[in-house]
Amino acid sequence: MIELYVLLAAMIIAALVAIEIKDLLAAAVALGIVGFSVAIMFILLQAPDLAIVQIVVETLTVVFFAAVILRTTNSDTTVGGFRRELVLPTVVYVGFGLLFLLVAGQAMAGLPGFGNPTMLVAREYIALGLERTGAGNVVAAIILDFRGYDTLGEVTVLFTAVVGVLTIMRRAGRKGQGAEGRG
Amino acid sequence: MRGMSLIVQTVARLLAGMLFLFGTYIVLHGHLTPGGGFAGGVLIAAAFILVSLAFGSVEQTERNSYTLSSVVESLGGVLFVSLALAGYAAGTFFFQGAAAYGTGTPLRLISGGIILPANIAIGIKVGAGLFAVFLALGASRFVMKD
Repeated sequence: MIELYVLLAAMIIAALVAIEIKDLLAAAVALGIVGFSVAIMFILLQAPDLAIVQIVVETLTVVFFAAVILRTTNSDTTVGGFRRELVLPTVVYVGFGLLFLLVAGQAMAGLPGFGNPTMLVAREYIALGLERTGAGNVVAAIILDFRGYDTLGEVTVLFTAVVGVLTIMRRAGRKGQGAEGRG
Repeated sequence: MRGMSLIVQTVARLLAGMLFLFGTYIVLHGHLTPGGGFAGGVLIAAAFILVSLAFGSVEQTERNSYTLSSVVESLGGVLFVSLALAGYAAGTFFFQGAAAYGTGTPLRLISGGIILPANIAIGIKVGAGLFAVFLALGASRFVMKD
């Protein structure tokens, strides 16, 4: 399990670099390190299905970021520095974070150990997956057959997201700039 | 949007077909090996995005791809729901895949009941949907004028 902690440390460092660095392209690459570390974690935890999705989606995300940055600007224009009105919110936020960690630590201690789930239904899926669905990949058997309703909900979520993006970005209903011509 | 340099265009020309083929393979073998409709669909979308980033496009092409990909995306969703509804046609319940289609010989390409057609539907949906989102977010006619 030590490699997971090494990866976690690398992810935290990369996330800090992504926030602090002034070059936006470098920040996008640093975010890519976080995503690909998650993919390596999935491989280490023996979840190749998730790892494939994570690698592909992460690559696409970095390409998206790079395409947008190359088309717009490459420098971070956020103004940093100390501001007095931010002191109280920061103290409250850090205090709540510590409280959350404390409570979460107590709750985690009560969970069953790693690899010993309390849900007995998973054992049933693994034992009967091949026989009942005829699918060699037990993950596919679960998400598309036993738990098909969940996937239907996921498809609905994706459809809603795509429709939302297309509605916001379309030119037809936009007034003012960029609305000239057809559309 | 504008195209990219000759090196990028050559690499994209070589890679796009293979990316598309690999995405199709991941979709079609989702019930046998790791992967499935979502991963394969993203790969298929990536092939289209690679071509349109490398070679650029004129406004009319973007408009046509945008319309086509949002129609195909909706068709994928309709296909998935009708697969679920086919359980009724077979006289059982919503999403009763194995009963409606039969399980076939395990570990063969044509097997797994509802899983193979559902993977294909999700692959179509995710591929077309992501490409439509890319066009809406990245194409010049929506966001900015080049």
